[in-house]
Amino acid sequence: MCLAIPARLVEKKDNAGVVELGGVRRDIRLDLLPDAKIGDFVLLHTGFAIEIVEEQTAKDMLETIDQAFGDCTL
Amino acid sequence: MNDKVILAKELQAKIAANAKEQITIMEVCGTHTHALFAHGIRSMLPPTVNLISGPGCPVCVTSQGDIDAMVSLSEKSDVAVCTFGDMMRVPGTKGTLQQARSEGADIRLMYSPFDVISWAKKESQKQFVLVGIGFETTTPSFAATIKAAKSEGIKNISLLSLHKSVIAALDPLANIPGVSVDGLMLPGHVTSIVGADAFKVLPEKYGIPGVVTGFEALDMLASIEALVRMKISGKPKIINQYTRVVKSFGNPVAMKMIDEVFSPCDSNWRGMGVLPGSGLMLADKYKEFDAVSRFDLKIIDVPEPDGCICGQVITGSMRPTQCPLFATSCTPTSPVGPCMVSGEGTCSAYYKYRE
Repeated sequence: MCLAIPARLVEKKDNAGVVELGGVRRDIRLDLLPDAKIGDFVLLHTGFAIEIVEEQTAKDMLETIDQAFGDCTL
Repeated sequence: MNDKVILAKELQAKIAANAKEQITIMEVCGTHTHALFAHGIRSMLPPTVNLISGPGCPVCVTSQGDIDAMVSLSEKSDVAVCTFGDMMRVPGTKGTLQQARSEGADIRLMYSPFDVISWAKKESQKQFVLVGIGFETTTPSFAATIKAAKSEGIKNISLLSLHKSVIAALDPLANIPGVSVDGLMLPGHVTSIVGADAFKVLPEKYGIPGVVTGFEALDMLASIEALVRMKISGKPKIINQYTRVVKSFGNPVAMKMIDEVFSPCDSNWRGMGVLPGSGLMLADKYKEFDAVSRFDLKIIDVPEPDGCICGQVITGSMRPTQCPLFATSCTPTSPVGPCMVSGEGTCSAYYKYRE
């Protein structure tokens, strides 16, 4: 349940955002991370961005999630 | 060999060289339990390193009475119970939410608690009740959703708040009868919210070291290596191994959101009983969203199913394989207790990766 998935923020309007991962886009919330900027990789948990991570960190996390949990879809 | 494999072998060798005496390490987070199995870390460790699982699966620590309350809510007409999928198959004394749905109850699976805002707007005649499950990682999302419902004047949303605090559970974790924990592998994503400094109480008050740990194989090996080293040195402290995600001060916006919307209350944990101040109820300003008072819910303390030892599994005092029901009458397709249901449950991990 505390699994978090990184994705790139591609749209932002106030506290509403859109992320993209593997060609899939999804609406997310930025209430907990209002300073995130378009282009940032954000860590998502239950549809809310909770932290900004470096691109390499995001890639490593996705690889781990794929290997260990077999699921990194949005 | 690539760099990661070389580093893993170096860490493995250091652990083997240093762990001359028995050391018990608890992984607090259910995601770590699964990741340790999935990456094969357990098989890389010497027999002196004893890994036990803690209460870090929010579904697993939800009491039987709270599950019954969810099922009771689903029996009310014009109520939609909104929950994460993990909760659907956890049996209460009156069955599961999934069974209730098959009998016609309106139960909706949410990806995010915020989904419920748009559902409630579309169906204004229906009462939407959010099942609020989760630790500090998840609680801010519910807080933000309730705050949005208030600011938008949405009257048909309420929250059954069963949120719990990992930080508040540290005291009982350090004092589990019959279990002596030498070090804690601390939950990476809870700590991204509360901050690594929130765990300083562990070494300072209890003399127990902790390492904030990521979920990759190297993260977990490095964490175990550091915990073994701290046991030998006798100098316990909190090490943040997951600095690429976790800051010492956490996410202040999320913590402020929790503080605004919730107030501490006592909470009943499966296996650990009522822990004072470990739960979160809606603060006075948001009381109008409280499902317990809106629906006059009675939450009754009921015993766990006969034979089920989820309570002891959650505290690390027994292993799933010591349960008489494990892999016989309790399996992922027909679970008796929550630890076999949840994707993060310890029994589910032992079942999936059993030899």
